[in-house]
Amino acid sequence: MTAGESYLIKQISVFSENRPGRLAAIAAALKEEEINILAFSIAEADGFGVVRALVDKPDKAYAKLSARGFNVAFTDVIAVQMRDEPGGLFEVATLLGTAGINIEYAYAYHSRDAAVLIIRVDRAADAAKVIKEMGGKLLSTITIQ
Amino acid sequence: MQCWDPRMEFLPREDLERLQYRLLKLLVCRLYHFSPFYHHRMESARVHPDDINTLDDVNKLPFMYKSDLRDSYPDGIFTATTEDLVRYHVSSGTTGKPTVVGYTAADLHNWTDSLARGLSSCGLGRGDVVQVCYGYGLFTGGLGLHYGAERIGAAVIPASVGNTERQVEMMQDLKATAIACTPSYLLHIGEVAERMGISIKNDTSLRVGILGAEPWSERMRTRVQDWLGIKAYDIYGTSELSGPMFSECSAQEGFHVWGDLALVEVLDRESGEPLGPGEEGEMVVTMLQKEALPMIRYRIGDITSMETDVCPCGRTHPRVRRVTGRVDDMLIIRGINVFPSQVEYTLMTIPEVGRHFQIVVDRKGSLDDMLVRVEVSPEGISDRIQDLIKVRNTVEQKLKNTLNVTVEVELVEPGSLPRFEGKSKRVIDRRNL
Ligand SMILES: [Zn+2]
Repeated sequence: MTAGESYLIKQISVFSENRPGRLAAIAAALKEEEINILAFSIAEADGFGVVRALVDKPDKAYAKLSARGFNVAFTDVIAVQMRDEPGGLFEVATLLGTAGINIEYAYAYHSRDAAVLIIRVDRAADAAKVIKEMGGKLLSTITIQ
Repeated sequence: MQCWDPRMEFLPREDLERLQYRLLKLLVCRLYHFSPFYHHRMESARVHPDDINTLDDVNKLPFMYKSDLRDSYPDGIFTATTEDLVRYHVSSGTTGKPTVVGYTAADLHNWTDSLARGLSSCGLGRGDVVQVCYGYGLFTGGLGLHYGAERIGAAVIPASVGNTERQVEMMQDLKATAIACTPSYLLHIGEVAERMGISIKNDTSLRVGILGAEPWSERMRTRVQDWLGIKAYDIYGTSELSGPMFSECSAQEGFHVWGDLALVEVLDRESGEPLGPGEEGEMVVTMLQKEALPMIRYRIGDITSMETDVCPCGRTHPRVRRVTGRVDDMLIIRGINVFPSQVEYTLMTIPEVGRHFQIVVDRKGSLDDMLVRVEVSPEGISDRIQDLIKVRNTVEQKLKNTLNVTVEVELVEPGSLPRFEGKSKRVIDRRNL
Protein backbone atom coordinates (compact mmCIF):
# COMPACT_ATOMS: atom_id res chain seq x y z
CA MET A 1 0.00 0.00 0.00
CA THR A 2 1.43 3.35 -0.98
CA ALA A 3 1.27 6.41 1.22
CA GLY A 4 -1.29 8.13 -1.01
CA GLU A 5 -3.96 5.46 -0.87
CA SER A 6 -5.47 6.22 2.48
CA TYR A 7 -6.25 9.70 1.12
CA LEU A 8 -8.53 8.38 -1.59
CA ILE A 9 -12.10 9.19 -0.74
CA LYS A 10 -15.05 7.39 -2.23
CA GLN A 11 -17.47 9.75 -3.90
CA ILE A 12 -20.81 8.37 -5.05
CA SER A 13 -21.92 9.45 -8.51
CA VAL A 14 -25.59 9.02 -9.31
CA PHE A 15 -27.19 9.27 -12.74
CA SER A 16 -30.33 11.36 -12.62
CA GLU A 17 -32.87 12.67 -15.07
CA ASN A 18 -33.52 16.41 -14.94
CA ARG A 19 -36.93 15.99 -13.42
CA PRO A 20 -38.32 17.68 -10.36
CA GLY A 21 -37.91 15.61 -7.24
CA ARG A 22 -34.99 13.42 -8.29
CA LEU A 23 -32.50 15.12 -5.99
CA ALA A 24 -35.04 15.01 -3.17
CA ALA A 25 -35.52 11.29 -3.80
CA ILE A 26 -31.79 10.69 -3.47
CA ALA A 27 -31.60 12.79 -0.30
CA ALA A 28 -34.62 11.03 1.21
CA ALA A 29 -33.16 7.57 0.53
CA LEU A 30 -29.91 8.55 2.24
CA LYS A 31 -31.72 10.09 5.18
CA GLU A 32 -33.64 6.86 5.78
CA GLU A 33 -30.32 5.13 6.36
CA GLU A 34 -29.02 8.04 8.46
CA ILE A 35 -26.29 8.75 5.96
CA ASN A 36 -24.86 12.26 6.12
CA ILE A 37 -24.18 14.14 2.96
CA LEU A 38 -21.01 16.13 3.57
CA ALA A 39 -20.90 17.79 0.20
CA PHE A 40 -22.46 17.46 -3.17
CA SER A 41 -22.47 18.95 -6.62
CA ILE A 42 -24.64 18.50 -9.66
CA ALA A 43 -23.44 18.46 -13.24
CA GLU A 44 -26.08 18.84 -15.88
CA ALA A 45 -26.46 18.29 -19.57
CA ASP A 46 -29.76 18.77 -21.34
CA GLY A 47 -32.11 16.11 -20.09
CA PHE A 48 -29.89 14.44 -17.52
CA GLY A 49 -27.32 15.08 -14.87
CA VAL A 50 -24.93 13.46 -12.44
CA VAL A 51 -25.26 14.03 -8.74
CA ARG A 52 -21.88 13.70 -7.03
CA ALA A 53 -21.92 13.37 -3.29
CA LEU A 54 -19.48 12.88 -0.50
CA VAL A 55 -21.15 10.90 2.27
CA ASP A 56 -20.00 9.45 5.56
CA LYS A 57 -21.09 5.88 4.70
CA PRO A 58 -20.47 5.39 0.98
CA ASP A 59 -21.01 1.60 0.85
CA LYS A 60 -24.32 1.88 2.64
CA ALA A 61 -25.31 4.75 0.36
CA TYR A 62 -24.38 2.73 -2.74
CA ALA A 63 -26.45 -0.24 -1.58
CA LYS A 64 -29.45 1.88 -0.65
CA LEU A 65 -29.52 3.91 -3.85
CA SER A 66 -29.00 0.81 -6.03
CA ALA A 67 -31.88 -0.89 -4.27
CA ARG A 68 -33.99 2.16 -5.06
CA GLY A 69 -33.18 1.63 -8.72
CA PHE A 70 -30.64 4.41 -9.13
CA ASN A 71 -27.55 3.91 -11.24
CA VAL A 72 -24.63 4.54 -8.88
CA ALA A 73 -20.86 4.43 -9.28
CA PHE A 74 -17.95 5.05 -6.97
CA THR A 75 -15.34 7.61 -7.95
CA ASP A 76 -12.07 8.21 -6.09
CA VAL A 77 -11.58 11.85 -5.19
CA ILE A 78 -9.20 13.64 -2.87
CA ALA A 79 -10.02 16.25 -0.23
CA VAL A 80 -7.57 19.12 0.12
CA GLN A 81 -7.78 21.23 3.22
CA MET A 82 -7.66 24.97 2.53
CA ARG A 83 -6.92 27.80 4.88
CA ASP A 84 -10.32 29.26 5.55
CA GLU A 85 -9.32 32.79 4.64
CA PRO A 86 -8.80 34.84 1.51
CA GLY A 87 -6.14 33.31 -0.65
CA GLY A 88 -6.78 29.74 0.50
CA LEU A 89 -8.14 28.64 -2.80
CA PHE A 90 -5.35 30.38 -4.65
CA GLU A 91 -2.79 28.45 -2.62
CA VAL A 92 -4.33 25.12 -3.49
CA ALA A 93 -4.67 26.05 -7.12
CA THR A 94 -1.02 27.06 -7.27
CA LEU A 95 0.03 23.84 -5.59
CA LEU A 96 -1.92 21.69 -8.06
CA GLY A 97 -0.60 23.73 -10.96
CA THR A 98 2.98 23.32 -9.86
CA ALA A 99 2.43 19.60 -9.36
CA GLY A 100 1.01 19.36 -12.87
CA ILE A 101 -2.29 17.91 -11.68
CA ASN A 102 -5.22 18.49 -13.97
CA ILE A 103 -8.55 19.07 -12.21
CA GLU A 104 -11.58 17.53 -13.86
CA TYR A 105 -14.00 19.09 -11.44
CA ALA A 106 -14.04 20.34 -7.88
CA TYR A 107 -16.48 21.38 -5.21
CA ALA A 108 -16.05 22.54 -1.67
CA TYR A 109 -17.47 22.22 1.80
CA HIS A 110 -16.81 23.63 5.23
CA SER A 111 -15.98 21.29 8.06
CA ARG A 112 -15.86 22.51 11.67
CA ASP A 113 -12.40 23.96 11.40
CA ALA A 114 -11.46 24.23 7.76
CA ALA A 115 -12.65 24.64 4.22
CA VAL A 116 -12.26 21.49 2.18
CA LEU A 117 -11.91 21.27 -1.56
CA ILE A 118 -13.01 17.99 -3.14
CA ILE A 119 -11.16 17.42 -6.36
CA ARG A 120 -11.50 14.81 -9.05
CA VAL A 121 -8.24 14.20 -10.90
CA ASP A 122 -6.77 11.51 -13.09
CA ARG A 123 -4.67 8.99 -11.18
CA ALA A 124 -5.90 10.17 -7.78
CA ALA A 125 -3.41 8.07 -5.80
CA ASP A 126 -0.41 9.64 -7.56
CA ALA A 127 -1.91 13.11 -7.17
CA ALA A 128 -2.45 12.61 -3.44
CA LYS A 129 1.18 11.55 -3.05
CA VAL A 130 2.49 14.59 -4.90
CA ILE A 131 0.30 16.98 -2.93
CA LYS A 132 1.48 15.48 0.37
CA GLU A 133 5.10 15.70 -0.73
CA MET A 134 4.67 19.35 -1.60
CA GLY A 135 3.29 20.09 1.82
CA GLY A 136 -0.41 20.22 1.01
CA LYS A 137 -2.88 19.05 3.67
CA LEU A 138 -5.15 16.20 2.66
CA LEU A 139 -8.02 14.79 4.66
CA SER A 140 -7.55 11.07 5.19
CA THR A 141 -10.26 8.56 4.43
CA ILE A 142 -10.71 7.78 8.11
CA THR A 143 -11.53 11.35 9.15
CA ILE A 144 -14.42 11.51 6.71
CA GLN A 145 -15.76 8.03 6.14
CA MET B 1 -32.59 -36.77 -30.69
CA GLN B 2 -36.13 -36.22 -29.42
CA CYS B 3 -38.82 -36.32 -32.05
CA TRP B 4 -42.59 -36.37 -31.67
CA ASP B 5 -43.74 -37.62 -35.07
CA PRO B 6 -40.71 -38.92 -37.00
CA ARG B 7 -42.73 -40.19 -39.95
CA MET B 8 -44.22 -36.77 -40.65
CA GLU B 9 -41.29 -34.62 -39.56
CA PHE B 10 -38.79 -36.41 -41.78
CA LEU B 11 -41.16 -37.02 -44.72
CA PRO B 12 -39.21 -36.61 -47.97
CA ARG B 13 -39.75 -33.18 -49.46
CA GLU B 14 -41.53 -34.41 -52.59
CA ASP B 15 -43.96 -36.47 -50.56
CA LEU B 16 -44.59 -33.51 -48.28
CA GLU B 17 -45.37 -31.26 -51.25
CA ARG B 18 -47.70 -33.85 -52.77
CA LEU B 19 -49.49 -34.05 -49.42
CA GLN B 20 -49.72 -30.26 -49.27
CA TYR B 21 -51.22 -30.12 -52.74
CA ARG B 22 -53.87 -32.71 -51.89
CA LEU B 23 -54.76 -30.89 -48.68
CA LEU B 24 -54.96 -27.56 -50.50
CA LYS B 25 -57.18 -28.94 -53.23
CA LEU B 26 -59.56 -30.48 -50.72
CA LEU B 27 -59.60 -27.28 -48.67
CA VAL B 28 -60.44 -25.12 -51.66
CA CYS B 29 -63.20 -27.47 -52.82
CA ARG B 30 -64.70 -27.63 -49.36
CA LEU B 31 -64.66 -23.85 -48.84
CA TYR B 32 -65.92 -23.05 -52.33
CA HIS B 33 -69.00 -25.15 -51.68
CA PHE B 34 -69.58 -24.66 -47.99
CA SER B 35 -68.25 -21.23 -47.02
CA PRO B 36 -70.25 -18.24 -48.26
CA PHE B 37 -67.30 -15.97 -47.44
CA TYR B 38 -64.72 -17.95 -49.43
CA HIS B 39 -67.19 -18.73 -52.21
CA HIS B 40 -67.76 -15.03 -52.70
CA ARG B 41 -64.02 -14.28 -52.50
CA MET B 42 -63.16 -16.88 -55.12
CA GLU B 43 -65.96 -15.73 -57.39
CA SER B 44 -64.72 -12.14 -57.18
CA ALA B 45 -61.19 -13.26 -57.97
CA ARG B 46 -62.53 -15.46 -60.80
CA VAL B 47 -60.92 -18.58 -59.38
CA HIS B 48 -62.60 -21.96 -59.35
CA PRO B 49 -61.38 -25.06 -57.46
CA ASP B 50 -60.71 -26.61 -60.89
CA ASP B 51 -57.97 -24.00 -61.42
CA ILE B 52 -55.93 -25.39 -58.54
CA ASN B 53 -53.87 -28.15 -60.08
CA THR B 54 -50.42 -27.74 -58.57
CA LEU B 55 -49.14 -26.48 -55.25
CA ASP B 56 -47.91 -23.27 -56.92
CA ASP B 57 -51.47 -22.54 -58.02
CA VAL B 58 -52.02 -21.31 -54.47
CA ASN B 59 -51.02 -17.88 -55.77
CA LYS B 60 -54.21 -17.72 -57.84
CA LEU B 61 -56.24 -17.59 -54.65
CA PRO B 62 -57.31 -14.28 -53.14
CA PHE B 63 -55.77 -12.94 -49.94
CA MET B 64 -57.48 -12.70 -46.61
CA TYR B 65 -56.88 -9.86 -44.14
CA LYS B 66 -57.27 -9.17 -40.46
CA SER B 67 -60.00 -6.74 -41.39
CA ASP B 68 -62.01 -9.64 -42.85
CA LEU B 69 -62.11 -11.21 -39.42
CA ARG B 70 -63.19 -7.97 -37.82
CA ASP B 71 -65.85 -7.35 -40.44
CA SER B 72 -67.28 -10.82 -39.92
CA TYR B 73 -67.36 -10.48 -36.13
CA PRO B 74 -68.02 -12.68 -34.28
CA ASP B 75 -68.27 -15.85 -36.38
CA GLY B 76 -69.12 -14.89 -39.96
CA ILE B 77 -66.26 -16.93 -41.46
CA PHE B 78 -66.73 -20.00 -39.25
CA THR B 79 -67.40 -23.21 -41.16
CA ALA B 80 -68.24 -25.32 -38.14
CA THR B 81 -71.57 -25.40 -36.37
CA THR B 82 -71.90 -24.63 -32.69
CA GLU B 83 -72.29 -28.37 -32.01
CA ASP B 84 -68.81 -28.99 -33.37
CA LEU B 85 -67.08 -26.14 -31.57
CA VAL B 86 -65.22 -26.98 -28.38
CA ARG B 87 -63.41 -23.73 -27.57
CA TYR B 88 -63.26 -20.01 -28.26
CA HIS B 89 -60.35 -17.62 -27.91
CA VAL B 90 -60.73 -13.88 -28.30
CA SER B 91 -57.91 -11.49 -29.06
CA SER B 92 -58.30 -7.86 -28.18
CA GLY B 93 -58.06 -5.69 -31.24
CA THR B 94 -55.91 -2.59 -31.12
CA THR B 95 -58.55 -0.89 -33.20
CA GLY B 96 -62.24 -1.62 -33.10
CA LYS B 97 -63.67 -5.07 -32.65
CA PRO B 98 -61.77 -8.06 -31.28
CA THR B 99 -61.08 -11.23 -33.26
CA VAL B 100 -62.91 -14.40 -32.28
CA VAL B 101 -61.35 -17.77 -33.07
CA GLY B 102 -63.35 -20.98 -32.74
CA TYR B 103 -61.89 -24.49 -32.50
CA THR B 104 -63.23 -27.94 -33.26
CA ALA B 105 -61.78 -30.93 -31.44
CA ALA B 106 -59.58 -31.61 -34.48
CA ASP B 107 -58.36 -27.98 -34.45
CA LEU B 108 -57.28 -28.30 -30.82
CA HIS B 109 -55.64 -31.64 -31.60
CA ASN B 110 -53.61 -30.22 -34.48
CA TRP B 111 -52.65 -27.11 -32.55
CA THR B 112 -51.41 -29.15 -29.60
CA ASP B 113 -49.66 -31.64 -31.87
CA SER B 114 -47.86 -28.84 -33.69
CA LEU B 115 -46.51 -27.61 -30.36
CA ALA B 116 -45.65 -31.14 -29.23
CA ARG B 117 -43.47 -31.52 -32.33
CA GLY B 118 -41.85 -28.14 -31.73
CA LEU B 119 -41.20 -28.60 -28.02
CA SER B 120 -39.76 -32.09 -28.63
CA SER B 121 -37.52 -30.68 -31.36
CA CYS B 122 -35.86 -28.38 -28.83
CA GLY B 123 -35.14 -31.28 -26.55
CA LEU B 124 -38.07 -31.18 -24.13
CA GLY B 125 -40.05 -34.21 -23.00
CA ARG B 126 -40.90 -36.38 -20.00
CA GLY B 127 -39.09 -35.25 -16.87
CA ASP B 128 -39.05 -31.61 -17.91
CA VAL B 129 -40.86 -28.96 -15.88
CA VAL B 130 -42.28 -26.19 -18.06
CA GLN B 131 -43.23 -22.89 -16.45
CA VAL B 132 -45.83 -21.31 -18.71
CA CYS B 133 -45.74 -17.56 -18.18
CA TYR B 134 -47.99 -16.56 -21.04
CA GLY B 135 -51.37 -15.20 -20.10
CA TYR B 136 -54.03 -17.83 -19.53
CA GLY B 137 -57.58 -17.14 -20.61
CA LEU B 138 -58.81 -15.52 -23.78
CA PHE B 139 -55.21 -15.10 -25.00
CA THR B 140 -53.99 -18.27 -26.74
CA GLY B 141 -50.46 -18.26 -25.33
CA GLY B 142 -51.10 -19.80 -21.91
CA LEU B 143 -53.48 -22.64 -22.79
CA GLY B 144 -51.65 -23.40 -26.05
CA LEU B 145 -48.26 -23.99 -24.44
CA HIS B 146 -49.96 -25.67 -21.50
CA TYR B 147 -51.51 -28.45 -23.55
CA GLY B 148 -48.50 -28.70 -25.86
CA ALA B 149 -46.15 -29.30 -22.93
CA GLU B 150 -48.56 -31.74 -21.31
CA ARG B 151 -48.83 -33.75 -24.51
CA ILE B 152 -45.09 -34.44 -24.58
CA GLY B 153 -45.25 -35.64 -20.99
CA ALA B 154 -43.66 -32.63 -19.34
CA ALA B 155 -44.97 -31.26 -16.05
CA VAL B 156 -46.57 -27.85 -16.45
CA ILE B 157 -46.52 -24.96 -13.98
CA PRO B 158 -49.45 -22.83 -15.17
CA ALA B 159 -47.86 -19.68 -13.77
CA SER B 160 -49.41 -17.14 -16.16
CA VAL B 161 -48.12 -13.57 -16.10
CA GLY B 162 -47.25 -11.33 -13.18
CA ASN B 163 -46.14 -11.58 -9.56
CA THR B 164 -42.60 -11.93 -10.80
CA GLU B 165 -40.91 -12.60 -7.46
CA ARG B 166 -43.18 -15.56 -6.94
CA GLN B 167 -42.37 -16.74 -10.47
CA VAL B 168 -38.69 -16.82 -9.51
CA GLU B 169 -39.44 -18.72 -6.29
CA MET B 170 -41.54 -21.32 -8.14
CA MET B 171 -38.84 -21.67 -10.79
CA GLN B 172 -36.34 -22.48 -8.05
CA ASP B 173 -38.53 -24.61 -5.79
CA LEU B 174 -40.20 -26.70 -8.51
CA LYS B 175 -36.94 -26.94 -10.48
CA ALA B 176 -38.39 -25.65 -13.73
CA THR B 177 -36.22 -26.72 -16.68
CA ALA B 178 -38.03 -24.60 -19.26
CA ILE B 179 -39.93 -21.35 -19.36
CA ALA B 180 -42.38 -20.15 -22.00
CA CYS B 181 -42.93 -16.40 -22.07
CA THR B 182 -42.34 -13.22 -24.05
CA PRO B 183 -38.66 -12.29 -24.42
CA SER B 184 -39.23 -8.99 -22.63
CA TYR B 185 -40.87 -10.75 -19.71
CA LEU B 186 -37.93 -13.15 -19.46
CA LEU B 187 -35.57 -10.18 -19.23
CA HIS B 188 -37.78 -8.77 -16.51
CA ILE B 189 -37.72 -12.08 -14.62
CA GLY B 190 -33.93 -12.15 -14.93
CA GLU B 191 -33.64 -8.64 -13.51
CA VAL B 192 -36.03 -9.36 -10.65
CA ALA B 193 -34.15 -12.58 -9.83
CA GLU B 194 -30.88 -10.68 -9.64
CA ARG B 195 -32.44 -8.12 -7.33
CA MET B 196 -33.51 -11.06 -5.14
CA GLY B 197 -29.91 -12.26 -5.15
CA ILE B 198 -30.69 -15.24 -7.39
CA SER B 199 -28.74 -16.05 -10.52
CA ILE B 200 -30.92 -17.95 -12.98
CA LYS B 201 -27.76 -19.33 -14.53
CA ASN B 202 -26.27 -20.71 -11.30
CA ASP B 203 -29.13 -21.08 -8.86
CA THR B 204 -31.93 -22.65 -10.95
CA SER B 205 -32.41 -25.71 -13.19
CA LEU B 206 -33.66 -23.63 -16.12
CA ARG B 207 -32.10 -24.69 -19.42
CA VAL B 208 -34.64 -23.79 -22.13
CA GLY B 209 -36.61 -20.65 -22.99
CA ILE B 210 -39.52 -20.80 -25.45
CA LEU B 211 -39.85 -17.15 -26.38
CA GLY B 212 -42.45 -15.50 -28.55
CA ALA B 213 -45.52 -13.27 -28.96
CA GLU B 214 -43.30 -10.33 -29.85
CA PRO B 215 -40.37 -9.85 -32.22
CA TRP B 216 -36.89 -10.25 -30.83
CA SER B 217 -33.41 -10.41 -32.24
CA GLU B 218 -30.45 -12.71 -32.69
CA ARG B 219 -28.36 -10.46 -30.47
CA MET B 220 -30.97 -10.68 -27.77
CA ARG B 221 -30.74 -14.47 -28.06
CA THR B 222 -26.99 -14.35 -27.48
CA ARG B 223 -27.42 -12.05 -24.51
CA VAL B 224 -30.19 -14.07 -22.92
CA GLN B 225 -28.32 -17.34 -23.42
CA ASP B 226 -25.08 -16.02 -21.95
CA TRP B 227 -26.74 -14.18 -19.11
CA LEU B 228 -29.27 -16.80 -18.01
CA GLY B 229 -27.38 -19.92 -19.07
CA ILE B 230 -30.24 -21.29 -21.18
CA LYS B 231 -30.96 -22.14 -24.81
CA ALA B 232 -33.49 -19.66 -26.16
CA TYR B 233 -35.89 -20.78 -28.91
CA ASP B 234 -38.18 -18.64 -31.01
CA ILE B 235 -41.84 -19.64 -31.13
CA TYR B 236 -44.32 -18.20 -33.57
CA GLY B 237 -48.04 -17.96 -33.95
CA THR B 238 -51.10 -15.78 -33.71
CA SER B 239 -54.60 -16.56 -32.56
CA GLU B 240 -55.82 -16.67 -36.18
CA LEU B 241 -53.49 -19.64 -36.86
CA SER B 242 -54.76 -21.19 -33.58
CA GLY B 243 -52.21 -19.63 -31.24
CA PRO B 244 -48.48 -20.19 -30.73
CA MET B 245 -47.86 -22.87 -33.37
CA PHE B 246 -44.31 -23.24 -34.64
CA SER B 247 -41.06 -23.29 -32.74
CA GLU B 248 -37.44 -23.61 -33.57
CA CYS B 249 -35.62 -26.93 -33.33
CA SER B 250 -32.25 -27.59 -31.72
CA ALA B 251 -30.56 -26.03 -34.78
CA GLN B 252 -32.00 -22.60 -33.81
CA GLU B 253 -32.13 -21.55 -37.44
CA GLY B 254 -35.73 -20.49 -37.77
CA PHE B 255 -39.01 -22.09 -36.77
CA HIS B 256 -40.27 -25.18 -38.62
CA VAL B 257 -43.63 -24.61 -40.23
CA TRP B 258 -45.18 -28.08 -40.35
CA GLY B 259 -46.12 -28.47 -43.98
CA ASP B 260 -49.02 -30.80 -43.33
CA LEU B 261 -50.66 -28.09 -41.22
CA ALA B 262 -49.69 -24.89 -42.97
CA LEU B 263 -48.51 -23.68 -46.34
CA VAL B 264 -46.35 -20.62 -45.98
CA GLU B 265 -45.39 -18.15 -48.70
CA VAL B 266 -43.03 -15.17 -48.50
CA LEU B 267 -44.03 -12.49 -50.98
CA ASP B 268 -42.58 -9.27 -52.27
CA ARG B 269 -44.52 -6.56 -50.50
CA GLU B 270 -45.06 -4.43 -53.56
CA SER B 271 -45.51 -6.91 -56.41
CA GLY B 272 -46.94 -9.82 -54.43
CA GLU B 273 -44.53 -12.14 -56.30
CA PRO B 274 -43.10 -15.10 -54.40
CA LEU B 275 -39.56 -14.56 -53.12
CA GLY B 276 -36.70 -17.04 -53.05
CA PRO B 277 -35.10 -18.65 -50.00
CA GLY B 278 -33.54 -16.10 -47.66
CA GLU B 279 -35.26 -13.14 -49.29
CA GLU B 280 -37.18 -10.94 -46.91
CA GLY B 281 -40.82 -10.18 -47.54
CA GLU B 282 -44.31 -10.50 -46.17
CA MET B 283 -45.36 -13.87 -44.82
CA VAL B 284 -48.67 -15.27 -46.04
CA VAL B 285 -50.11 -18.40 -44.47
CA THR B 286 -52.69 -20.94 -45.56
CA MET B 287 -53.85 -23.31 -42.83
CA LEU B 288 -54.35 -26.65 -44.56
CA GLN B 289 -56.38 -28.50 -41.94
CA LYS B 290 -58.19 -25.89 -39.90
CA GLU B 291 -61.91 -26.63 -39.59
CA ALA B 292 -63.73 -24.01 -37.55
CA LEU B 293 -62.01 -20.89 -38.84
CA PRO B 294 -60.31 -21.64 -42.16
CA MET B 295 -57.53 -19.36 -43.30
CA ILE B 296 -56.52 -19.10 -46.94
CA ARG B 297 -53.57 -16.88 -47.83
CA TYR B 298 -53.86 -14.90 -44.65
CA ARG B 299 -51.71 -11.78 -44.59
CA ILE B 300 -50.57 -11.78 -40.99
CA GLY B 301 -48.48 -8.68 -41.56
CA ASP B 302 -45.16 -10.14 -40.41
CA ILE B 303 -41.95 -9.59 -42.33
CA THR B 304 -39.48 -12.45 -42.56
CA SER B 305 -37.71 -14.89 -44.89
CA MET B 306 -37.91 -18.64 -45.47
CA GLU B 307 -35.40 -21.48 -45.95
CA THR B 308 -36.57 -24.51 -47.90
CA ASP B 309 -33.52 -26.79 -47.77
CA VAL B 310 -33.40 -29.68 -45.32
CA CYS B 311 -32.65 -28.41 -41.83
CA PRO B 312 -29.39 -29.38 -40.06
CA CYS B 313 -31.68 -31.31 -37.67
CA GLY B 314 -32.82 -33.46 -40.62
CA ARG B 315 -36.42 -32.27 -40.69
CA THR B 316 -37.75 -31.56 -44.16
CA HIS B 317 -40.34 -28.92 -43.28
CA PRO B 318 -39.49 -25.34 -44.26
CA ARG B 319 -38.01 -22.97 -41.72
CA VAL B 320 -39.08 -19.39 -41.35
CA ARG B 321 -36.52 -16.95 -40.00
CA ARG B 322 -37.42 -14.89 -36.99
CA VAL B 323 -39.85 -12.10 -37.73
CA THR B 324 -37.90 -8.89 -38.21
CA GLY B 325 -40.83 -6.55 -38.13
CA ARG B 326 -44.49 -6.07 -38.72
CA VAL B 327 -46.05 -4.34 -41.65
CA ASP B 328 -48.09 -2.26 -39.23
CA ASP B 329 -45.22 -1.75 -36.72
CA MET B 330 -43.26 -0.12 -39.45
CA LEU B 331 -42.76 3.58 -38.97
CA ILE B 332 -42.19 5.89 -41.85
CA ILE B 333 -39.84 8.63 -40.68
CA ARG B 334 -39.14 11.28 -43.31
CA GLY B 335 -40.03 8.76 -45.97
CA ILE B 336 -37.75 6.02 -44.65
CA ASN B 337 -39.02 2.71 -43.31
CA VAL B 338 -38.00 2.15 -39.71
CA PHE B 339 -38.71 -0.96 -37.62
CA PRO B 340 -38.55 -0.92 -33.83
CA SER B 341 -36.64 -4.22 -34.05
CA GLN B 342 -33.78 -2.39 -35.78
CA VAL B 343 -33.54 -0.11 -32.77
CA GLU B 344 -33.42 -3.17 -30.54
CA TYR B 345 -30.64 -4.77 -32.62
CA THR B 346 -28.56 -1.64 -32.33
CA LEU B 347 -29.02 -1.12 -28.60
CA MET B 348 -27.90 -4.72 -28.01
CA THR B 349 -24.45 -3.77 -29.25
CA ILE B 350 -24.00 -0.92 -26.78
CA PRO B 351 -23.30 -2.15 -23.24
CA GLU B 352 -23.61 1.34 -21.77
CA VAL B 353 -27.37 1.32 -22.30
CA GLY B 354 -30.06 -1.14 -21.24
CA ARG B 355 -32.35 -3.44 -23.16
CA HIS B 356 -35.53 -1.45 -22.87
CA PHE B 357 -36.40 1.46 -25.08
CA GLN B 358 -39.21 3.69 -26.19
CA ILE B 359 -39.62 5.46 -29.49
CA VAL B 360 -41.47 8.76 -29.61
CA VAL B 361 -42.32 10.14 -33.02
CA ASP B 362 -43.51 13.69 -33.40
CA ARG B 363 -43.86 16.22 -36.17
CA LYS B 364 -42.05 19.53 -35.77
CA GLY B 365 -43.24 21.79 -38.57
CA SER B 366 -43.16 19.60 -41.63
CA LEU B 367 -40.40 17.31 -40.39
CA ASP B 368 -40.75 14.05 -38.47
CA ASP B 369 -38.76 13.90 -35.26
CA MET B 370 -37.74 10.55 -33.84
CA LEU B 371 -36.72 10.36 -30.22
CA VAL B 372 -35.42 7.16 -28.67
CA ARG B 373 -35.41 6.93 -24.91
CA VAL B 374 -32.92 4.46 -23.44
CA GLU B 375 -31.89 3.55 -19.93
CA VAL B 376 -28.31 4.03 -18.81
CA SER B 377 -26.91 0.65 -17.73
CA PRO B 378 -24.52 0.07 -14.81
CA GLU B 379 -21.71 -0.09 -17.40
CA GLY B 380 -22.70 3.34 -18.67
CA ILE B 381 -22.73 5.28 -15.43
CA SER B 382 -19.91 7.76 -14.88
CA ASP B 383 -19.28 10.77 -12.69
CA ARG B 384 -18.25 12.69 -15.80
CA ILE B 385 -20.92 14.44 -17.82
CA GLN B 386 -18.72 14.16 -20.92
CA ASP B 387 -18.73 10.35 -20.65
CA LEU B 388 -22.51 10.31 -20.58
CA ILE B 389 -22.75 12.71 -23.49
CA LYS B 390 -20.38 10.40 -25.33
CA VAL B 391 -22.70 7.46 -24.61
CA ARG B 392 -25.63 9.44 -25.95
CA ASN B 393 -23.71 10.46 -29.07
CA THR B 394 -22.62 6.86 -29.67
CA VAL B 395 -26.21 5.66 -29.50
CA GLU B 396 -27.35 8.46 -31.81
CA GLN B 397 -24.58 7.70 -34.29
CA LYS B 398 -25.16 3.94 -34.30
CA LEU B 399 -28.91 4.36 -34.70
CA LYS B 400 -28.36 6.79 -37.54
CA ASN B 401 -26.05 4.33 -39.28
CA THR B 402 -28.59 1.52 -38.97
CA LEU B 403 -31.79 3.41 -39.69
CA ASN B 404 -30.53 6.05 -42.11
CA VAL B 405 -32.56 8.55 -40.15
CA THR B 406 -31.34 11.16 -37.69
CA VAL B 407 -32.44 10.18 -34.24
CA GLU B 408 -32.41 12.09 -31.01
CA VAL B 409 -31.52 10.04 -27.95
CA GLU B 410 -32.58 10.69 -24.41
CA LEU B 411 -30.81 8.93 -21.54
CA VAL B 412 -33.17 8.01 -18.73
CA GLU B 413 -32.79 6.38 -15.34
CA PRO B 414 -32.81 2.59 -15.15
CA GLY B 415 -36.25 1.15 -14.52
CA SER B 416 -38.05 4.28 -15.67
CA LEU B 417 -39.29 2.94 -19.01
CA PRO B 418 -42.42 0.77 -18.96
CA ARG B 419 -41.77 -2.98 -18.67
CA PHE B 420 -43.97 -5.21 -20.76
CA GLU B 421 -45.57 -8.27 -19.38
CA GLY B 422 -47.74 -8.96 -22.40
CA LYS B 423 -47.42 -7.70 -25.93
CA SER B 424 -45.17 -4.73 -26.01
CA LYS B 425 -45.97 -1.27 -27.21
CA ARG B 426 -42.71 0.54 -27.61
CA VAL B 427 -43.73 3.24 -30.01
CA ILE B 428 -45.57 6.44 -29.23
CA ASP B 429 -46.59 8.15 -32.43
CA ARG B 430 -47.81 11.67 -31.75
CA ARG B 431 -48.09 12.63 -35.39
CA ASN B 432 -51.70 11.54 -35.74
CA LEU B 433 -53.00 13.34 -32.67
ZN1 LIG C 1 -34.66 -28.23 -37.66
